[in-house]
Order: sequence, then structure tokens, then C-alpha cells
Amino acid sequence: MKNFEPLSETQHAPYPYPDDRGRYGEYGGRFVPETLMHPLEELEVAYADACADPGFQEELRQYQKDYVGRPTPLYYAQRLTEHLGGARIYFKREDLAHTGAHKINNALGQCLLAKRMGKTRVIAETGAGQHGVATATAAALLGLECTVYMGTEDMERQRLNVFRMRLLGTKVQPVEHGSKTLKDAINEAMRDWVTTVGHTHYVLGTVEGPHPFPMICRDFQSIIGKETRRQILEKEEKLPDLLVACVGGGSNAIGLFFDFIGDETIRMIGVEAGGFGPETGKHAARFAGGVLGMLHGALSYVLQDKDGQIDLTHSVSAGLDYASVGPEHAYLKSINRVEYTYVTDQEALDAFQLCSRLEGIIPALESAHAIAHICKLAPEMEADQVIVVNMSGRGDKDVQQAARFILPEEDQ
Amino acid sequence: MNRIDSRFQELAQAGKTAFIPYITAGDPTLDVTMEVVLALEKAGADIIELGVPFSDPIADGVVNQEAAQRALLHHVTLHDVVAMVSKLREKTAIPLVLFTYYNPVLAYGHEAFARDAAGAGVDGVLCVDLPPEESRDYRRLLHDFGIATIYLIAPTSTEERIRIIAEASTGFIYYVSRTGVTGVRQDIESSVGDMVQAIKRYSDTPIAVGFGISTPEQAREVAGYADGVIVGSAIVRQIGEQGADPSMPGAVGAFAKTLVDATKGL
Repeated sequence: MKNFEPLSETQHAPYPYPDDRGRYGEYGGRFVPETLMHPLEELEVAYADACADPGFQEELRQYQKDYVGRPTPLYYAQRLTEHLGGARIYFKREDLAHTGAHKINNALGQCLLAKRMGKTRVIAETGAGQHGVATATAAALLGLECTVYMGTEDMERQRLNVFRMRLLGTKVQPVEHGSKTLKDAINEAMRDWVTTVGHTHYVLGTVEGPHPFPMICRDFQSIIGKETRRQILEKEEKLPDLLVACVGGGSNAIGLFFDFIGDETIRMIGVEAGGFGPETGKHAARFAGGVLGMLHGALSYVLQDKDGQIDLTHSVSAGLDYASVGPEHAYLKSINRVEYTYVTDQEALDAFQLCSRLEGIIPALESAHAIAHICKLAPEMEADQVIVVNMSGRGDKDVQQAARFILPEEDQ
Repeated sequence: MNRIDSRFQELAQAGKTAFIPYITAGDPTLDVTMEVVLALEKAGADIIELGVPFSDPIADGVVNQEAAQRALLHHVTLHDVVAMVSKLREKTAIPLVLFTYYNPVLAYGHEAFARDAAGAGVDGVLCVDLPPEESRDYRRLLHDFGIATIYLIAPTSTEERIRIIAEASTGFIYYVSRTGVTGVRQDIESSVGDMVQAIKRYSDTPIAVGFGISTPEQAREVAGYADGVIVGSAIVRQIGEQGADPSMPGAVGAFAKTLVDATKGL
């Protein structure tokens, strides 16, 4: 096979975001109670310092290789491609990363940063449990005390992950307030952090929250796209035509997209959780039903009522069940660089089964949203076109939840 | 002159400290909140903070969270709270401050909010998750309409931040006496007095201290060095416990009186 030199990873014009106010265009920023303002400034400085330190970068690279198992494979999904009868479909196998999802990329990076900052404790929020497991794992690896906040509804949906976190020595703190899902877990994690910020780092799990969190998380996740570029050039001798990823907060999507933003011919699509359909009000499609708002520290699209109260959201997938979306996604939508769409719970569940049967890969329900969308697009595309979909996580955690919808009652 | 500024001027002349209670508007209902405001004024409160209920109050402990939830059960909005202030102005001239999260203000629109709040008789606004760096437009509009912009200073604030916040603050500066969320605490950290002195180097604006003050003893202690003493959760908890009982406003007033007396050194 021909060995391609990887193209420069920054071949596009310098991308100016976030700016010095932590904004992506008009989105983002740093909207937090005063107690957290200086700690966020310190985090920004510590992160810049770590980025400039070859020792830190090397340590991170070593763990990525020997502990996480990077690079994750880029897999040609031949049977799904043949079934859909159009473009060639590749999966970026983040489900094969240690702990079973892309979340470890960010959790490991931030826990290393926390340790470098002299923090002895980390906290995290989790929806599907994957970020909680990833943080619990990195904390165990690095000898940090760890508490994970999780809504009780999500604990019910993701019992396996709750047990995994506890096994890893993490305290899982149930959150009973509000919708008892990701939004409320973030509220509770912020309340913890505002109280313990002296010795605790908040490992925010997605490209959300106050600056510099969306940038830090994006940077740690952008390895997904960098690897994809090298791998697809090796396999196809060209860049992909289309990138597709699911979008909750948006970390796996930005991780795949970021290195390709300057490749203007490549189409990119983020897939949100349509739940029962935006018209029912039971969904988490922020770009379909949201307006400009500020939730958890950043300006972005937010599902809310006319008086600014945050809406309750719904998705079969706990990891996509959130009322706001990363500010950089809001910006990428505003400049029409990335398209955003949604699929319903049912479409995601159908894709979950199709992928399992055709490829022997049980996808996370989150990733199944991305697959559901390529099921619509691939047949319309030419056979020489290439799609890369981010298989952001494995679906073992979801089998109980999925069984409630898929299996007849007597088999449950 | 803004009612907050006049009140602090009167208190300074008399050598007294302001007592500033916080309650959540709409808990249990807006009508009862109005009664509580009048009872607090009667008890001797100098300024009253009205919390605007929000679905995701990240800076609040469980007492204020639950109060907001009770208010949201009957969909109390920022518009409703502004309208309530307008009604209250038929009965009282006590300085009123809205304590709110930013998203409801953003949804209302900065200019519409500033205009309506001023028209209703709101004297000051504290937006708990809106730091000075993110609020130039908001601040300019509130000042144009004669409303004070109150900001928080925290134990984690650096000298540089204290300078920025002091410059943006009018009415009074709210010093957060603890790193943490709102709520009842056992004791007041000894560093609070030093911080108040440090802030005074940057500003002549009065400094009120809150977050965690719940007893007359604590109020007396803080009144020794601050220009204002803020008590929230301890009062909100009583409102929550007694709820719709018709005797509640009177009982809350009686409790507030003990805090007023301690604050005034009586």
C-alpha cells in the first residue's frame, strides 16, 4: 500500500476561535458566578503552559498509545455499504478505545492537567455514563480522588456504567433534582466545584461550559480527526466526501470535524437527538427548536421557553439528552460550515439493530443516531464517494435500555 | 438619586449597617411574596433582594433551589416579578434589588428589561452568573435607566478582578463570604473582615456580605466591618416550612427583626 505523507494538520487558514474572550463568533464566553472566574483564568494559563511543554505532550502521547490503544482503527463497513448500495462507509472506531468511547481522550488529558495543576480531586458529570467511566478510569490511573454526578433517571438507564465507576473507586453521586438527567448532573457538579475549587478540578466532559472548557475538550478530542485524515488517505488515497457524527454536547463531532474545517469540499453533518420528533416537544434537537441562550457558562442554542427557563429534553440516548449544544457547533452552523439535522428515537433504534446484524458491531445509542442518518444519505451517493462516521462508543451499556424498545415483552 | 444610594447615605450618617434580606419571588405565590416584603420592611429591613426563580440555579444551595422550584410550579416569570414590583410600589418605597440568573434576562432582552424594571421601580439588579467582562451592554442599559448594577466579589477574586468588579458595581458590592453556594452555615470565616477592608481600597461603594449568614450572632459579627448584612436561606427556609399559612409573613417578620436588631447593634 502506498504510504502517504500526512497532509499538514493545519493546512487551512488560521482558525481564530476561540478568541481572547473565549468566543466562537458570538457564541461561547465565560458566564459563571464570580467564585469560578479566577479558577477558570488559572485553568486557561495552566492549559497553555501544558500545551507548550513537550514533556506533557509526550506523556499524553504515551498514555494514548499504550493505555487507550490509539490510534483507533478506521474500519471499512463493507456489509453496511453493500446493504445501503451507495457511498463507501467507514467507521472511526472510537468504540475500541479503552473504556469503550471517545470520552477517554478528554478525560485522560484533563486528569493529567489536573495533576499537573496540583489538584488532588476530580469531579465530573455524566449522562450516558461514558464520560463518568472515562474520568473514573483516568482518576484511578493517576491516583486522583473522583466523584461523578449522575441524574437518577440516567443511573436507571445506564446501570452497568454506574457499577463500572464504583468498581473503579469513584463515588457516584445521584442527582434527584429537575429532569434527573445530564443538565441536572452538570448543575450539581458546578455546585461542588464552586465549593471545592481549591483542590478540585472539574473534568467537564464535552465541548460545553465556560471558556476554556470547550477549547480544552476540543483539542483533546481533535486527535480523532487527525488520525482519520492519515488513515483515509492510506486506505482510499483521497479525503472523505462526508463526515457524520452525533451531537449531544458535541465532543465526538468536533473531534472528528476539527481537523477538516479548512477542507471546504468535505461536507460535515452533526446529528442531534430528535426523540419523538421536534413537533412533540420531546426531543433534544437544539438546532431545530432552540434559540440563543446561556446555559452552564456559554452562549449557544438552548431549548428554553419564552421566559428563559430551560426546557426538559428527551432522547432514548442519555448522552444526547441535553438542552444546549457546544458553542463552537453554534458557530459552525452560523457560517454554514457544518450542517445539523436530527433523527428520531425509532430511527436510531433501527440503526442500532441494523449495524449490530450487518457488521457485528453494537453501537452506542448515541452513535446509532449518526448511523441512522447515513442510512438516509449513503444510497443517494455515488459508489466512489466516501463517508466517515464516528463510531463514538460501543453499545454494551445500552442493551438493557434498547431491549425495552426492541424485544417483545416475554424476552426481556 | 437611586433609592439604594440614598439608603446607604442615611445609614452612613447614622453610623448603622444595612440589613438586606433575600426572598424568592413567587414562593409560595407572588401575592404572599408582597406581604412578606411589607413584613420585612416593617421589621426594619433596609433593602430587599427578590430572587427570580430559575430552572437551573447553579449558585444556589438546596434551600433556595427548592424555593425556586415552588415558584416555578406556577410558572412565575421575570415579567411577573417585574409586574409584582410595580404593584409593590403602590405600597412601599423600600429599595428593591432583583437577584437573577442571566438567561431569563437574555430572553427578556437587555433593553426591554432595563426599561420595564426601571418603570416598575426596581432599584438594582444582581445577575449572579454574569461577570463584568460579559456585561458591558447590559450594564450600560441598566445605568441609562438609573438601575444599579451589583456584582459579586468572592474569596477567589484576585486584586485585578476586585478592581474590575469594583469599577462596574453601583449601589453596593456583594461580597460572597464563602467559596460555595448559598445556604445556612455554622460560622463565618475569619478572613471575611480582611477581604472587606481590601475591597475598600478600590472602591467607595458600600460592601454588603452574604452567603451563609443565618443567625443574629453572625449578623452582629459581620455588621462590625461590613456596610450591609445579607441573609437569604435562613429566611427562605422559614417561608418554605410555613408556606401558605396566613401567619407566615408575620412570623418571618419577627425572625427578621432579631437579625435587624443584631445588625443595628441593638
